[in-house]
Amino acid sequence: MTTTASDDSFLQGIKDCLPTLFGYISIGLAFGVVGVASHLSVLEIALLSILVYAGSAQFIFCALILTGSPASAIILTIFIVNLRHLLMSLSLAPFFTKYSVLRNIGFGTLLTDETFGVAMTKSMQNGKLYGKWMDGLNITAYTFWIASCTIGAFLGQWVAHPEKWGLDFALVAMFIALLVLQLQAVGKSKVMHYCKLIVYMGLFMYGLSFIMASHVAVLVATVVVATIGVLTE
Amino acid sequence: MTISTEMLWLIIGCAIVTWLPRILPFIFVRALTLPDVVLRWLGYIPVCILSALVFESLLDTSGPIVSFHWSKVLTFVPTLAVALLTKSLSLTVITGVVVMALVRFML
Repeated sequence: MTTTASDDSFLQGIKDCLPTLFGYISIGLAFGVVGVASHLSVLEIALLSILVYAGSAQFIFCALILTGSPASAIILTIFIVNLRHLLMSLSLAPFFTKYSVLRNIGFGTLLTDETFGVAMTKSMQNGKLYGKWMDGLNITAYTFWIASCTIGAFLGQWVAHPEKWGLDFALVAMFIALLVLQLQAVGKSKVMHYCKLIVYMGLFMYGLSFIMASHVAVLVATVVVATIGVLTE
Repeated sequence: MTISTEMLWLIIGCAIVTWLPRILPFIFVRALTLPDVVLRWLGYIPVCILSALVFESLLDTSGPIVSFHWSKVLTFVPTLAVALLTKSLSLTVITGVVVMALVRFML
């Protein structure tokens, strides 16, 4: 396939981010509300979304603050929860080797579950990814995330229970959609192989959750099942 | 609009441990060519991680026996159906949120 203008365009990156924005907005609002309920100030909520920029980790941060966990335990937990980004970043990085180190640090800094899902789906169209497109995607997601978390913090003074409105499920729904898009992109010949792996993921996640925290199970199950994937090709 | 020094350092600590795993591969993968088998392995990571995150949200690990959050499982079914039928991120997310709210309202 030849490169078209839309492949390396900031504007196209923004456009490809649009379908995920409803997810970012609802989770961001929900986080702001939960943050206020966990006695965080608006400034702290804004700083978390600017500096940590990871939905699930920010929710876990609130939960740990509420239970009065020591700082060392909180930092270690956040590290483990976000370690999956190492795997994502490893699979995205090979697409960007022709760009400077500084730009690569930029791509990595703004990597999230959602932008990763969108980028991997995009890469399956012609096996390539471009910097300006990635920046458009990343910066749009980042901006909306910070704005939604902060607005959520203000709303938090009126809405006490975001889960009552189903907002917590937005994240899960986004993962489901990204998963379906991934499967659609791998092609008919491989779909059965991938579906088997998803069944293994379910079994491993269930089994491992008995003996370890679920965010550790995410990492272990992913590493094991990806290996099974290679071995059973 | 206040923040304590301890909280600021805590947030910065969390930011650093989140940032490093995100950027390190982007710095080092440039310097080396990954073997084919590693690239194939990495190719399975998206589907594995995304399904792990979905399963994680459906599992209830609060008791001694791992069980399911049944209200979420109930919401999962129509959400997956919409994802398969429409292949649309926004429609799937909207369906998920609305069905989840309805399920919680009725249960």
